[in-house]
Amino acid sequence: MTYAIEISDLKKRYDGGFEALKGVDLKVEKGDFFALLGPNGAGKSTTIGILCSLVNKTSGRVSIFGADIDEDFAKAKKYLGVVPQEFNFNVFESVFNVVVTQAGFYGISKEVAEQRAEKYLKQLGLWDKKDAQSRMLSGGMKRRLMIARALIHEPEVLILDEPTAGVDIELRRSMWEFIKGLNEQGTTIILTTHYLEEAEQLCRNIAIINSGEIVENTSVKALLKTLNQETFILDLDNSVAPDWAVEGYRIDRLNDASTIEVEVIKGQSLNRVFSALDAVGINVLSMRNKSNRLEELFVKLIKG
Amino acid sequence: MKNSELFIAFYTILRREIRRFMRIWPQTLLPPAITMSLYFAIFGHFIGGRIGEMDGFSYMQYIVPGLIMMSVITNSYSNVSSSFFSAKFQHSIQELLVSPTPNWVILLGYVLGGVARGLFVGLIVTLLSLFFTHLTLHNVFLTVLVVLLTAIMFSLGGFVNAIYARSFDDVSIVPTFILTPLTYLGGVFYSIHLLPEFWQQLSLLNPVLYMVNAFRFGILGVSDINVYWALVIVCVFIVVLFSFGLHLLNKGRGIRN
Repeated sequence: MTYAIEISDLKKRYDGGFEALKGVDLKVEKGDFFALLGPNGAGKSTTIGILCSLVNKTSGRVSIFGADIDEDFAKAKKYLGVVPQEFNFNVFESVFNVVVTQAGFYGISKEVAEQRAEKYLKQLGLWDKKDAQSRMLSGGMKRRLMIARALIHEPEVLILDEPTAGVDIELRRSMWEFIKGLNEQGTTIILTTHYLEEAEQLCRNIAIINSGEIVENTSVKALLKTLNQETFILDLDNSVAPDWAVEGYRIDRLNDASTIEVEVIKGQSLNRVFSALDAVGINVLSMRNKSNRLEELFVKLIKG
Repeated sequence: MKNSELFIAFYTILRREIRRFMRIWPQTLLPPAITMSLYFAIFGHFIGGRIGEMDGFSYMQYIVPGLIMMSVITNSYSNVSSSFFSAKFQHSIQELLVSPTPNWVILLGYVLGGVARGLFVGLIVTLLSLFFTHLTLHNVFLTVLVVLLTAIMFSLGGFVNAIYARSFDDVSIVPTFILTPLTYLGGVFYSIHLLPEFWQQLSLLNPVLYMVNAFRFGILGVSDINVYWALVIVCVFIVVLFSFGLHLLNKGRGIRN
């Protein structure tokens, strides 16, 4: 089977002796929406840097859609689109030129490049800024410009390195929709992010890297299943009495006791809590997770 | 990449380089035009009138080829060194590094961008010189060949400089402390036959001397050195610098971790 990305025994030791990757093995299936998570300095950016030829690997093999990055680098690079963490376009070029110039580096003719630039700039809401110098764009617009640039050669795999960092909620959600749309059309997406909610909502599969090693590589669903307990916050229309309790559940009162925290262990249901509240005439107005579920697992895995 | 794709990639780099130096013309095209006009007026016209003839030509006619070549050298060099270093500095070089464009095409694109600026400035200076003197071409083919090879050589030099540079200071050190003295001592303003024997021999170690004299031979038909030696030296430098520049790119020196 040919994978979108296949990494075996990838090692990277920097000049100063720091071992950033200690033999990473990773496979990403075609069409996947894949999250690569890890704390700062874990090796995420080094892995991505090697994939897109910005970092020289020390040893190991990397192939993109079956094309080895050492033996068939041109083919491998054509399969790949990259949206880096930091802005890396020529800030004095116009928005349109940034995108069209990138197409030229892939050997795409001017006519085709201009058609695609119009298509992607329109899709990303930048068409009215096409003649503006790219340095004049807002942070969110710059990020969208980098997405348009990465798509100009219509890659099979799109790597997004923290694409929504510093982006406001509304824009973040519109970017999520856009990226989800790309994935539905068949583009394999690899995402690194610090917003674990983002990974949980968007990604099917996940790898967690820590200190240069993959510590978990599974589906998001399977990973969440391993979670033993969750904490829910319930907003009530009235305060519960100080002696009110439900046997087998740990319940904490917040503020004026009209908000409670309920710890639910795997296998338990919330029905008994609802019934107990109903019995004392209290209605539940709303309910939410105390913290992101993936975040709890992430912290647990990283702490080992 | 197919040949047609390689050409598009090369042409894209070249077009971007030309667009860059045209966009910032007050920094790239205007200064050499003003500086050289001052050289023509002061050294050629005012002082040159008192110096008299040199190798059978008026002093103004004698220094024009050297001043054209000086413009070509400094502009070819600084175009590539500043453009490539800026791309490194603002990380926009990554646009090229993630693409399938081979390193030799990247090198060729940047170098010919430098050549384009060198020749364009050379043309401006030549046209300006016509306001001060008349020029006849002794050997058109040799003139074009020498100016082209020189522009290629110094563009390659600028590229190597940019690869090693870590700050904007590093980009200006070589032009200020090496290139300018070599150019001024490279026979732009005088024939080396005017120098004592020791300084004549020492001047022969200066590569700029060969280019200035070969170019002067192409225009005026006079030279202090053997023109064919000049062509051989320039070609050797080009091969060495191109190979070295490509090696640095392949290694990712200064641009890849």
